[in-house]
Amino acid sequence: MKLKYIFTLLCITLFTISCSTEDVETPEEINEVEGLVNIKTIANDNHTIELYNEAGAFKTGYNNVTIRIKNNSDDSYIENANINWMPMMQMPSMQHSCPHSTISKVSNKKTLYTASVIYQMTNTDGSGWSLTFNYSIGSEEYSAKDTISVTQSEKQNVTSFMGSDETRYIVALIEPIKPSIGINDMMVGLYKMENMMSFPVVENFKIALDPRMPGMGNHSSPNNTDLSFNAIDTMYHADLSLTMTGYWVLNLKLMNAADELLKGEDITEQNEKSSLYLELEF
Amino acid sequence: MKHLIIFSFYLIGGQVLFAQQDSLFVARDTTNLERIIVVAERKLSNYRQEKTLSSIDVFLEKSNKVTMIKRGNYAWEPAMNNMTSDRLNVTIDGMQIFGACTDKMDPITSYVDVSNLEQATINSGQEGTENGHCIGGGIDLQISQSKFNGSGLKTNADLGYETNGNYRIAGLDFEYSGSKFYIATDGIFRKSDNYIAGGNEEVRYSQFQKYNISLQGGYKLSNNHTLETNIIYDKATDVGYPALPMDVSLAEAFIASASHRYKNESTFIKSLETKLYLNTITHIMDDSKRPDVPIRMDMPGWSDTYGFYTKARVKANNHNISANLNGYYNRSLAEMTMFSNNPNEPDMFMYTWPDVRTLYSGIYVKDRIAISERETVSANIRFGYHKNRIANEVGLNSLRIFYPDLQDTQTRFLKSVSADYGFKNQNIDASIGLGYGERAPSVSEGYGFFLFNSFDRYDYIGNPNLKNEKALEFNARTNHKFNTFSLGLETSFFHISDYIIGEINPSISPMTIGANGVRVYDALNYANIFNIYLNSNIALTKTIGFNSSIGYNHGSGSNKKNLPLIKPFSYLAEVNYNKPKFNAALQLEGNGNQSKYSPFYGENETPAYAILNVNFGNIVYFKTTNVIFKYGIENILDTNYSTFADWNNIPRQGRNFYINTSIKFL
Repeated sequence: MKLKYIFTLLCITLFTISCSTEDVETPEEINEVEGLVNIKTIANDNHTIELYNEAGAFKTGYNNVTIRIKNNSDDSYIENANINWMPMMQMPSMQHSCPHSTISKVSNKKTLYTASVIYQMTNTDGSGWSLTFNYSIGSEEYSAKDTISVTQSEKQNVTSFMGSDETRYIVALIEPIKPSIGINDMMVGLYKMENMMSFPVVENFKIALDPRMPGMGNHSSPNNTDLSFNAIDTMYHADLSLTMTGYWVLNLKLMNAADELLKGEDITEQNEKSSLYLELEF
Repeated sequence: MKHLIIFSFYLIGGQVLFAQQDSLFVARDTTNLERIIVVAERKLSNYRQEKTLSSIDVFLEKSNKVTMIKRGNYAWEPAMNNMTSDRLNVTIDGMQIFGACTDKMDPITSYVDVSNLEQATINSGQEGTENGHCIGGGIDLQISQSKFNGSGLKTNADLGYETNGNYRIAGLDFEYSGSKFYIATDGIFRKSDNYIAGGNEEVRYSQFQKYNISLQGGYKLSNNHTLETNIIYDKATDVGYPALPMDVSLAEAFIASASHRYKNESTFIKSLETKLYLNTITHIMDDSKRPDVPIRMDMPGWSDTYGFYTKARVKANNHNISANLNGYYNRSLAEMTMFSNNPNEPDMFMYTWPDVRTLYSGIYVKDRIAISERETVSANIRFGYHKNRIANEVGLNSLRIFYPDLQDTQTRFLKSVSADYGFKNQNIDASIGLGYGERAPSVSEGYGFFLFNSFDRYDYIGNPNLKNEKALEFNARTNHKFNTFSLGLETSFFHISDYIIGEINPSISPMTIGANGVRVYDALNYANIFNIYLNSNIALTKTIGFNSSIGYNHGSGSNKKNLPLIKPFSYLAEVNYNKPKFNAALQLEGNGNQSKYSPFYGENETPAYAILNVNFGNIVYFKTTNVIFKYGIENILDTNYSTFADWNNIPRQGRNFYINTSIKFL
């Protein structure tokens, strides 16, 4: 109880102080990337493209990225760019892309753009991936390209597989980012590999969910729901119950719109893990 | 209350009640408690109390109404009328105190020792609601009364040894008593290795070690007003639980109280006592001494309670009214951390008790009316407000996995009412009573999260939506005296609605490796529990007596299944020999075959057994000291046996030679 009051008092004090300082100083430029860490800068003669996210690094799986374009001549930030991008993995014999969103302006921000990308794999040294940005400012067209480093995530948060319909799919865990004991909102992205360069979202499939703890005799949790498609954000959503912290295997079974099984198996005494799964640790 | 069963603990040196030399021996000689509390002897088979230094558990076990559930050689769980701790109200001198172990490895009786206490009051059924709500009954472990007797400094020392388990006991206490001021302090230390069951079978992980110290002081403000304080510190370490997969590395309690007492026989209110108290318990379960476990884990638990009570006694005409206004606030938190066998995987953590805060306040009133010289009618009521709140956000979210709409707070209103009629003349002492009572679910029953029960090997999940458990109770008792022979019959019957018990939920996957499944606490429509005891006592000669007691218990639920932990047919017979300075007794004790066992709740059939014990007592007077010896042999025939109350059928002690010595320095 007492702590609560002290905390309130502290807040009031801090708030008052920050108010008074704000009156004195007028910041020259609002730093809109506060709280984010720079991942990479990709420059051409005219501009420097800055990439940010919370971790300051790309890892395999789902990544959010915040983009800012600096005008090299006056260090100002472009507010009216129209940006397209293409991630690319260079393999010895071929190259391919990965599921990625379009780049859009962040609402309420002047200089920031946002996108997401799902790297389904990487080389052990983090090499192989490059990003190409094609953007226009007014009527002028520009381009910038550079390699990036993508490190392997410790846990399997993305998996690419061949379904029984001879189509290659990619499933990526998007949420929970910070899992907690209890019922978590789970969000998964499901993509189809149309060709090496095109990974459209798959709509209206169903993904059965069975979370397990291999370290606890494959203990499961109650009241999970299967992942179902949400047309608004084009993602798959479910309730994920986690009874304790630790290492969890999220066993999945992918069914198409006609309810035909494309990948994955039920968990039984004999079969402790589905061939389609994601991992989570907290 | 006539049903009140009182027996004396460890009355070192006679103290206040026994000033003269010869009564000292009476106090020591528990086979002859008749002279201390007339009502007590008949109620409790005191002649079975052969050891002065036995634990409280052993003392309690001597009551017909009480059985002790054993998970090892230490910290037995009292059960009364075949109901265990959730259905009982166990208090220490009126103070509420709750164990901190989710697996009931620390019944609160384990946090006090005989050196702290004077007597235990055992009230069956709704007569046990003086300090709180219960279904099965109430046990109040009472600290010794004020000692303003001006007797100066007194010192006592106690030593005990038992061959089985190499059990060592040492105790020392000092008391200074003035007319306005007293202070008393005592300490006791107990240590035992693994005990040996019959047939030379070592029961591994049955060792324990504990010490207990206490300090009590009082100051007389005036003739009517006194102030008193009492502090108990109890610490057990290295306690093994052979029946369980885990042991206890620490069980620690700090129990403190301060009270004010007003006493005046000439005013309307004869006495008024107000006490403020607090206690804090830390209980650490671990499995570091077990070589083979599916997974290593730590399970610490904490329980803190703050409370008060005000007890008043009023005597007017033929009314004898006592009232108790009390309240407490308890915090129960327990957690579990499991260490994965795969070193790359992180530790697994959960709250098994999600920091449950319980606030209770209630009032109790009892009136005992003497309607004639022989007849009395008494009635009592208790009303209480009971509130639970889950204070831990993570714990709340854990339970919301099972109960998505769960609110963090739940309140209940609890009621209890009972009445009885008693008749007493020279040859007959009889009573008949009726009662109705309710109780709130315990923390485990309401909020437990994957609590493994090694008895039925199920994980248990609490259920916050449980209704109050309600009991309708009938009891009767009669004792006839025919010259040198007396015969007593006592019986009670409980019809319990919404009887709380775990129900299997096959859709939930167990957490514990190797568990059979998950049970969620739920309620049977009803359960019936019945018990009957026949006691007899024959004085063969002036010095030789014979006592016997046979009992039968039955319990079944509305699902037509037997309830677990119901005592089978039991018997006890004893021949005793008493002289002023020497006594001896030979006892036969046994149970019939447990035919009405409950496989549904994890029980198997426990076969019949019988054991023989013999005990002796001596008192020796020296110039400066009085020495009392109690010695004997338990389980003379070294029978290998276990009873219905032994968790997972762990065998009990085999042959045991013991000696208890108490020295009073004059």
